Parts: sequence; C-alpha cells; structure tokens
Amino acid sequence: MGLNRNVGLFTGLRYRGKGPMLTFVLHRIGGVGMAVFVATHILASFLGGQGGLFVNAIYEHWLFQIVVFFCAMFHAINGLRITILDLWPKLIEYQREAIWVEWAVFIPLYCFSVYVIVRTAAGG
Amino acid sequence: MAEKSRNLPISRRGLNFETMMWFFTRLSALGMYAFILFSLIGALVMGARTQMNFADIMRWGFTPNGTHVQSTNVPDLAPWVAPLWRLVASGMVLLAVAHGVHGLVVVADDYIVSPRGRQIVRLISIVVMLSMSVVGLYVIWTS
Repeated sequence: MGLNRNVGLFTGLRYRGKGPMLTFVLHRIGGVGMAVFVATHILASFLGGQGGLFVNAIYEHWLFQIVVFFCAMFHAINGLRITILDLWPKLIEYQREAIWVEWAVFIPLYCFSVYVIVRTAAGG
Repeated sequence: MAEKSRNLPISRRGLNFETMMWFFTRLSALGMYAFILFSLIGALVMGARTQMNFADIMRWGFTPNGTHVQSTNVPDLAPWVAPLWRLVASGMVLLAVAHGVHGLVVVADDYIVSPRGRQIVRLISIVVMLSMSVVGLYVIWTS
C-alpha cells in the first residue's frame, strides 16, 4: 500500500507557498531542531563528566543560543497561531493577517533577545 | 462521497488515536504556555528584574530548573530550587517530550510511507519518549 502523491522532491522544492509555506517550513525546522537540542542537553546534563560539560559548553555559546532561541521562539509563537486558528476554525479566513501579526510579535521579541545575548557575550 | 466529518456529532466522527493526538498537540502547547507564564511571573516575584537579564529569564521560563539560574546574579538559590519549581519543570518536561516525540512521528510520517516503516517509527518513538521522560525527571530532581 503506502501513499502516492505523484509529486517528486524537486517539484516539491519548486512549490511557492509564500507566507504560510514559509511558516510551515520554519515551524518544522524549529521543531526538529529543538527536539535534537533539548534531547542532547538533557542527556549531557544526565551523563555529566567531561563529555557532558563539553556539550553544555557548546550549548551556552552565544552563537548556538541565537540559533536555539530562533527555533524555540518561532515554534512557540507560530504554534500559538496554529492552536488559536485550529480551535476557532472560523478564524482560518484571516490566516494571512494572523501570519502578519505573528511576524509583528516575533521580530521585535527576537531582535531584542539577540541584542541581549550578544551584549552579554561581549561582557556587559 | 462520504459525509464531511465536521457535520457529524463527535460520537460518529471516529475519534481515533491520531485525532486524540491532534488535540493533544494543541492543548499541550497551551499547557506549556501556562507553565512558561507561571515560571516568568514566579521569577519576577523572586526578584529576577534586578538579578537576571532577559535571555536568562527566558531560559528559566522554558524550564524552571535551578541550574538555569546558577550563572546569574541571584544571591540565594534556595527559592529557585523549591519543590514547586521542580514540579513545574517536571510537568514542562513531560509535556514537551510527549509533544516533541509526537511531532517527530508526524514529520517522519511525511517521508516514511510504508506501513512497516511507520510501525518501526512508532516503536522507536515510544521507547524514546519513555526513556527521555525518565532521564529528564531524574536530572530535574537530582540537580
């Protein structure tokens, strides 16, 4: 059995879904990224020792934090949009507007966080 | 064509496991938001405004674990490792692991389409979910 979508990988990559597609891709990247980061972080804290300290040192590096924070913040805010639209299906009509609101919340919050992370890393 | 399920009462919609997990994903997201808000408010009550920066307080929000505030200017760690925060962190870890592992299964289902492969993915996911929950709880209650 199995599924047959009649769409190959390269046809799929050429699909231009614009705003909603971009949030879908970022949500997926953020979700998988967080699953990997959180799993390694918990395992490193559990194992401890030299290896654990090394992994958690990478985790606390400011460059890594900027990436992790993007994953977590975008996944959280986009997830809230999905939850609200799914639990009140009538709002689906305003999906594109909801995505603009989402970016309006995410961009200032994320930029401020990056500013704080970089300023802390620069020692002040 | 079959009748659209949204026109049916819930008892006839076929509320199967996948539907339950669809709901669980949304509801656990709201649950995690509740934990994060609770942790952030608790941190502000405990004096985070003058002792922590924004990035540290967000880290505390995602999991209120004592080791997350060790590197900050908090003078006394005792209130930050109280059983209340360990309970909140435990709830956060359990919800996050279940939500995350189910999310990985959803992603895997987009690329692994044979029934046998999907069965293997589900078996692995159950093992990963149980072991990560136990390890996460162990880290929270012993750190």
